[in-house]
Amino acid sequence: MLNASLNELSAALAQKKISSAELTQLFLDRTSRLNGALNAFITVDAEKSLAQALAADERIAKGDAKPLTGIPVAHKDIFVTKGWRTTCGSKMLSNFVSPYDAHVIERFNAAGAVILGKTNMDEFAMGSSSETSFYGPVKNPWGPAYVPGGSSGGSTAAIAARMAPAATGTDTGGSIRQPAALSGVSGLKPTYGLVSRYGMIAFASSLDQGGPIAKSAEDLALLLNVMAGFDERDSTSVERAAEDYRRELDRPLAGLRVGVPKEHFGGGLAAEVGKAIEAALAQLEKLGAKRVPVNLPSSGLSVPAYYVIAPAEASSNLSRFDGVRYGHRAKEYRDLADMYFRTRAEGFGAEVRRRILIGTYVLSHGYYDAYYLKAQKIRRLIADDFVAAFKQCDLIVGPTAPTVAFKIGAKAADPVQMYLNDIYTIPANLAGLPAMSIPCGFGKDDLPVGLHIVGNYFSEARMLNLAHQYQKATDWHQREPGGIRP
Amino acid sequence: MNWEIVIGLETHAQLSTQSKMFSGASTAFGAAPNTQASAVDIALPGVLPVANKDAVERAIRFGLAVGGENAINRRSVFARKNYFYPDLPKGYQISQYELPIVKGGEIRILTKSGEKAVRLTRAHLEEDAGKSLHEAFRDSSGIDLNRAGVPLLEIVSEPDMRSAEEAVAYAKTLHSLVRWIGICDGNMQEGSFRCDANVSVRRPGGPLGTRAEIKNLNSFRFLEHAIEFEAKRQIDILDDGGKIVQETRLYDADRDETRAMRTKEEAHDYRYFPDPDLSPLEVSEKWMGEIKAKLPELPEAKRKRYQIEYALSLYDASLLTDTREKAEYFELVCRSLEGPAPKTVANWITGELSALLNDRGIDFSQLLISGKAFAKLLDRIKDGTISANVAKEILHGMANGEGDADAIIAKRGLKQISDAGAIEKIVDQVIAANPKQVEDYRAGKEKAFNSLVGQVMKATQGKANPAQVNEILKRKLAG
Amino acid sequence: MPLSLDEVRRIAQLARIGVSDAEARTVLVQLNDIFELIGRMQKVDTEGVEPMSHGQDLKLRLRDDAVTERDQREGFQSLAPQVEQGLYLVPKVIE
Repeated sequence: MLNASLNELSAALAQKKISSAELTQLFLDRTSRLNGALNAFITVDAEKSLAQALAADERIAKGDAKPLTGIPVAHKDIFVTKGWRTTCGSKMLSNFVSPYDAHVIERFNAAGAVILGKTNMDEFAMGSSSETSFYGPVKNPWGPAYVPGGSSGGSTAAIAARMAPAATGTDTGGSIRQPAALSGVSGLKPTYGLVSRYGMIAFASSLDQGGPIAKSAEDLALLLNVMAGFDERDSTSVERAAEDYRRELDRPLAGLRVGVPKEHFGGGLAAEVGKAIEAALAQLEKLGAKRVPVNLPSSGLSVPAYYVIAPAEASSNLSRFDGVRYGHRAKEYRDLADMYFRTRAEGFGAEVRRRILIGTYVLSHGYYDAYYLKAQKIRRLIADDFVAAFKQCDLIVGPTAPTVAFKIGAKAADPVQMYLNDIYTIPANLAGLPAMSIPCGFGKDDLPVGLHIVGNYFSEARMLNLAHQYQKATDWHQREPGGIRP
Repeated sequence: MNWEIVIGLETHAQLSTQSKMFSGASTAFGAAPNTQASAVDIALPGVLPVANKDAVERAIRFGLAVGGENAINRRSVFARKNYFYPDLPKGYQISQYELPIVKGGEIRILTKSGEKAVRLTRAHLEEDAGKSLHEAFRDSSGIDLNRAGVPLLEIVSEPDMRSAEEAVAYAKTLHSLVRWIGICDGNMQEGSFRCDANVSVRRPGGPLGTRAEIKNLNSFRFLEHAIEFEAKRQIDILDDGGKIVQETRLYDADRDETRAMRTKEEAHDYRYFPDPDLSPLEVSEKWMGEIKAKLPELPEAKRKRYQIEYALSLYDASLLTDTREKAEYFELVCRSLEGPAPKTVANWITGELSALLNDRGIDFSQLLISGKAFAKLLDRIKDGTISANVAKEILHGMANGEGDADAIIAKRGLKQISDAGAIEKIVDQVIAANPKQVEDYRAGKEKAFNSLVGQVMKATQGKANPAQVNEILKRKLAG
Repeated sequence: MPLSLDEVRRIAQLARIGVSDAEARTVLVQLNDIFELIGRMQKVDTEGVEPMSHGQDLKLRLRDDAVTERDQREGFQSLAPQVEQGLYLVPKVIE
């Protein structure tokens, strides 16, 4: 059961081979055994989960089940969840029990899925290693000395360790795809606007996008069917007819033009990662895809532009955490100003404070044009690169991250080295394009490598098609970390 | 040496929508604290703004009224204005900065010295902040977020005004306009219409002086007093060789003075940037056309038309158009008239009728006298049934709901005596009873004549036709 | 153009984040590294490029003017550090 696909779990539930309560208990048990070592979950509430599972079982008995009814899903602790503590990995929200559900949570609830728990993450999603959480770092199931990537590292670790069959994440600069790559699982960031941001605690609003994390592309398609959809409460939510993201899974790849950007194969890419990607490209060609060289000339500027835009938006988004209406408030203070200074210094960790300071600076008087406006123009150039590239190809393929997972603590003192981890993933966020990562081999110390797939706007079905065909021909996505001992 | 006062106004008009600018919470005034503060208004983590279409439509209506289609930016952008204050839950206010929805336009004002155009810089949509209550607790301020998110149109004028009188005339004209076009209820006690005044002084024709911004002006009288106080304060400083500091000041109505705000405003750095939660606001030609088609005839157009169509003075036309209800009432009466001239109607409406409304503390919408009934009353003066004085009495009766003019005339027996024979009889009696006055009149004392007329009117309980009384009395006295 | 310690203090003040002197010094070094990275943008000619400030080029969707929210004060204020008589309390503000 732990290794079963969502379709298999759904069938087992429908055929009464297992109940949702049993299935939920199975994953809860595994979580309670492994979480001490991996720290993938911040909050687990077996009672709540099992109550939902029992309701799902009733629904199944009534013949009222949908594909995800009764299936446990782990949610990144950035999605506010009614009645559940929702911390966003921060001390600031350590006591915050949300009075409402995020749109994504509502949709999973409506589908009859079970909330398995809230997963650990970099504080306010700011990080590429899941080390900045107030609740301690997440460990990589492939090697507990290594980071799982971030910021959705709790969700990717939970999938890799089979603590959950499905999970959610959010991706602002690579926060679904990079940890998916480093943890050896599959993860997809949809087109900006496809998944509602309502109830998803904002980091950088023009870049944030929620998406699914699972073992396979097939599972991702099923999860995306639930997550995607118009929400009138999010002004940037796209009004589009619902689609079935599974519809192209079985389409042959013959004739598919796969663009390979040479900028993503230069210096900085670990040789072992490059080798795994080359092998994956060869596999795709074997499946009938046509390899097309493309250029993304401005992509080298994506990290600098991102580290202006994301902190700028974050500095403003995080101003609401002031100790007045909810969340942490300092115990002692002299006056109002002091209350703000202490509350925010105590409530936010070092990386969050650093990004707020960067963002405040780039927006401040006299620097706006040189930094913020400049970054927005570069963002346009990067988006235009993709427009040109997609005239020549259907999908773009390359490495998700320049290296395999690094050791916990290795980059904590050097923010710039940490930021460069997202060099291949950031451009899709800046352009608002869908992108995903799937396992495609192993590198140093038997750590997983991820294959990055970027599509044109709303081409999720085609991306999933490529990923599924690749996963039918390979078994990287079925490999399980061997080192986990309960 | 003389100084010239330079004034520009920033006016916040609360747009009269049911729900807030970016949330579905009610905007009703007077609710218990924080009962109209939704998840969006208190800025819970994860919430997002969705803009209110009717608020946008009201802003467009304003733009069309002050500057036509040219004043509407087809594309405007919501921006975040970042600052920390406990009544600002998000730590930023959603406003419009570089691209406001309305640019330019003008407001024409009328003062003792004549008509003048005050240019508008812009008008932009924004959300209000909450309210801080500083008095209720000893060591704390209490925060009520019911107001947070209420839609505002901030209307910014050019520094085109040169006296407190002009500033008040501008504010009053603007106040009348926003109610006229139905975008704001204009209730100043409830804070629906508030002004900040930028005041500076300079040598006539010289460069602009350093300005002070006076906040908290929620009545026309406060606006006038604050500007007068502030201009005098600045002139005194300059005359003494001092310098004006650019600062924000508060008007203290109890002391009738302005004072610098104590909260230190660390060099305003609002770090404006386009709100990533809200895409650019686009106004299509089609939508604008629909809004324009629904716009009522504007006060300025009415003023022009009244001068031509009804041969009224600019002054009368202005009095009639200070509210839309009054102007529409005037037109309704004029349309129903048989006899009298519009000038008579104007005099009655701006005189007796306005006084009556004032006394009773009601407005035209609450008046029980229909335009048609009012026209009939004026017709009865014209056709000689009643005198103007009696008409005033009837008017009050009509306002009390006693029926129309004819009914009251009949009920109270107020019909004017126009029977020459009857009047002659009374005149004869008055002449016989007042030999002294008759003698005085014949000796050339005109005053005595009025006294005799008065006697006749008294004898007829005011019902004698005054013109006929004059004519008969003159004839008899001459004879 | 490296930042100064005073600038770090100024932006910390603007952002309402208390920083000790030692912290400010550490942050200064890190911020300067980051701004060196960011500085790479400056070499690029972006003359005439339309800035991209949103995740997609869409026009704003507007909602109808209707009251859709009910009073949730009790639930919301159960989250607040200090509340009295329905008001959120903060240290006294002097205007």
